[in-house]
Amino acid sequence: MLGVVTGPLATAGKLFAFGADVLLAVFKRPFQFREFVQQAWFIASVTIIPIALVAIPFGAVVALQTGSLVQQFGAQSFVGSAAVLAVLREAAPIATALLVAGAGGSAIAADLGARKIREELDAMMVLGIDPIQRLVVPRVLACMLVAVFLNGLVSVVGVLGGYIFNVVLQGGTPGAYLASFTALAQTPDLYQGMAKALVFGLIAAIVSTYMGMHADGGPQGVGQAVMESVVITFLLLFMANFVMSALYFQLIPAKAL
Amino acid sequence: MGVEVRVEGLTKAFGKQTIWRDVSLTLPAGQISVMLGPSGTGKSVFLKTLIGLIKPDEGHIFIEGVDIATCSEKDLYEIRKLFGVLFQDGAMFGSMTLFDNVAFPLREHTRKTESEISDIVMEKMTMVGLVGAEDKLPGEISGGMRKRAGLARALVLEPEIILFDEPDSGLDPVRTAFINQLMVDLNQQTEATFLIVTHDINTARTVPDNIGLLYHRHLSMFGPREMLLSSEEPAVRQFLNAQTVGPIGMSEEKDADELAAEDHSTLPPLPPIPLQLFPSDGRPRATQPEPGAWCAANGVVPPPGSFLDDGSSFTVPPQTSVAGGAR
Ligand SMILES: Nc1ncnc2c1ncn2[C@@H]1O[C@H](COP(=O)(O)OP(=O)(O)OP(=O)(O)O)[C@@H](O)[C@H]1O
Ligand SMILES: [Mg+2]
Repeated sequence: MLGVVTGPLATAGKLFAFGADVLLAVFKRPFQFREFVQQAWFIASVTIIPIALVAIPFGAVVALQTGSLVQQFGAQSFVGSAAVLAVLREAAPIATALLVAGAGGSAIAADLGARKIREELDAMMVLGIDPIQRLVVPRVLACMLVAVFLNGLVSVVGVLGGYIFNVVLQGGTPGAYLASFTALAQTPDLYQGMAKALVFGLIAAIVSTYMGMHADGGPQGVGQAVMESVVITFLLLFMANFVMSALYFQLIPAKAL
Repeated sequence: MGVEVRVEGLTKAFGKQTIWRDVSLTLPAGQISVMLGPSGTGKSVFLKTLIGLIKPDEGHIFIEGVDIATCSEKDLYEIRKLFGVLFQDGAMFGSMTLFDNVAFPLREHTRKTESEISDIVMEKMTMVGLVGAEDKLPGEISGGMRKRAGLARALVLEPEIILFDEPDSGLDPVRTAFINQLMVDLNQQTEATFLIVTHDINTARTVPDNIGLLYHRHLSMFGPREMLLSSEEPAVRQFLNAQTVGPIGMSEEKDADELAAEDHSTLPPLPPIPLQLFPSDGRPRATQPEPGAWCAANGVVPPPGSFLDDGSSFTVPPQTSVAGGAR
């Protein structure tokens, strides 16, 4: 019975300890630049197309929801602004989180898990190489970098999608839509989106590398590790998203109208 | 010159499952030792504990005065430079060609030029018979080839202690004989300390200076080859002679009823102790004992027919002129 409580707590503790190890290893030389570039390229390649495809309907749905809501309040002139806010503040980081965890994170967990069960990681340690410094650090940094880029991509595509949806399909006026852009949205919105993406990339990478490196029990073990890493990452990302949004509203005053 | 490994009171459990308890032994410097044991008795775990990949629950492992079981991560990385390890499945890096795999330790730990590295790598590849496969990825070759490539990688830094996890499983009989000869030759050249985990009875009987048997969650016996080959201890005797009569059953150990039902009076006599495998140049290794020395020193009469060139039905004659150097 106790295990139900202590199990997840123990895992959380180990994740934190692992995160600390990774943090220390970031400063160890030589930095694995090649691995970093390769991993960044790899993570980008598995996430860019799906995220672009997700971003368009995401932008459209957000535009639809905020559009009709804002119209009910009789504030049509703020339609553009509301859509931009929703995309920048929430939609883009969440879409990024989904893809980074679902595509990037699972690929990382599967890769490291396969290496673990083939004893490659053991062999590496025996050859005097620290797998955290060699394999994990480049992946974590690559994942963070790609997450920020993806966040930018989703923001652009989402805002465009919202624009097209509103102007072309809902018959809004382009001028009003564009003019209202800056009415509510402010530059800190952009920064907080990027900060979220950075944190999401970090969490996704730490969880998936940890799960991969601790895969156990043959090929099923790798599958298990991938599944767990995706589920745990989702849980943590939505939690982190909530905390960061709440903090943001406390720290940054809303723009006065 | 090799390095002594001293293991004292080592105990390891995963959760409630005790793997082995209170294992104490010394791998003498420069000698070849073999570790035997039924499947799943924790031989691989033992090897991993020796290199600090697994932390024991109790006990010490002393290598050059450092206790692997308790030393810092930094000391551990230093000590590991003394080791070469052949993992059970080769553990080749899947994203690198065999050449890069074997070159990896050199590129990481030495300042050799690419052409020097290439020379060394090709020398080791020739040694294990993998010339022509350098550009293959580990996924593209057979298990036996992966194992030999793993051996090449383990040897490349000229380690002082070499651990072999089943160097001969998955190899055909001819290659097994080659690998055995290779290990003996390597020991002669490098005088490193060898520990070989194997299931191959012929290897266990003819290659090592010392034999150990892990069984029933403890180290049942560890000592000179002749001591174990002439031992009447039931588990040792059963294992080293590949018999069904004895305490070891299909599922780890037999229960009391099964044991009682066995008639031990009809045990076949101990087979003769074969000669140790000689290096291919016919000269004995530095640490190789005289045939029969242990038996003579301890007043044990070896089974009839021991230490004769043609004495053992177990010995598969290797390809080289072992017989020439027998006396
Ligand atoms: N990391 C681990 N966590 C939990 N249990 C483990 C772990 N590694 C090994 N074991 C258990 O330890 C036992 C011994 O495993 P080990 O691989 O050492 O056996 P072995 O003697 O090498 O067998 P074989 O001859 O088949 O290779 C097994 O029961 C295995 O399930
Ligand atoms: Mg094993």
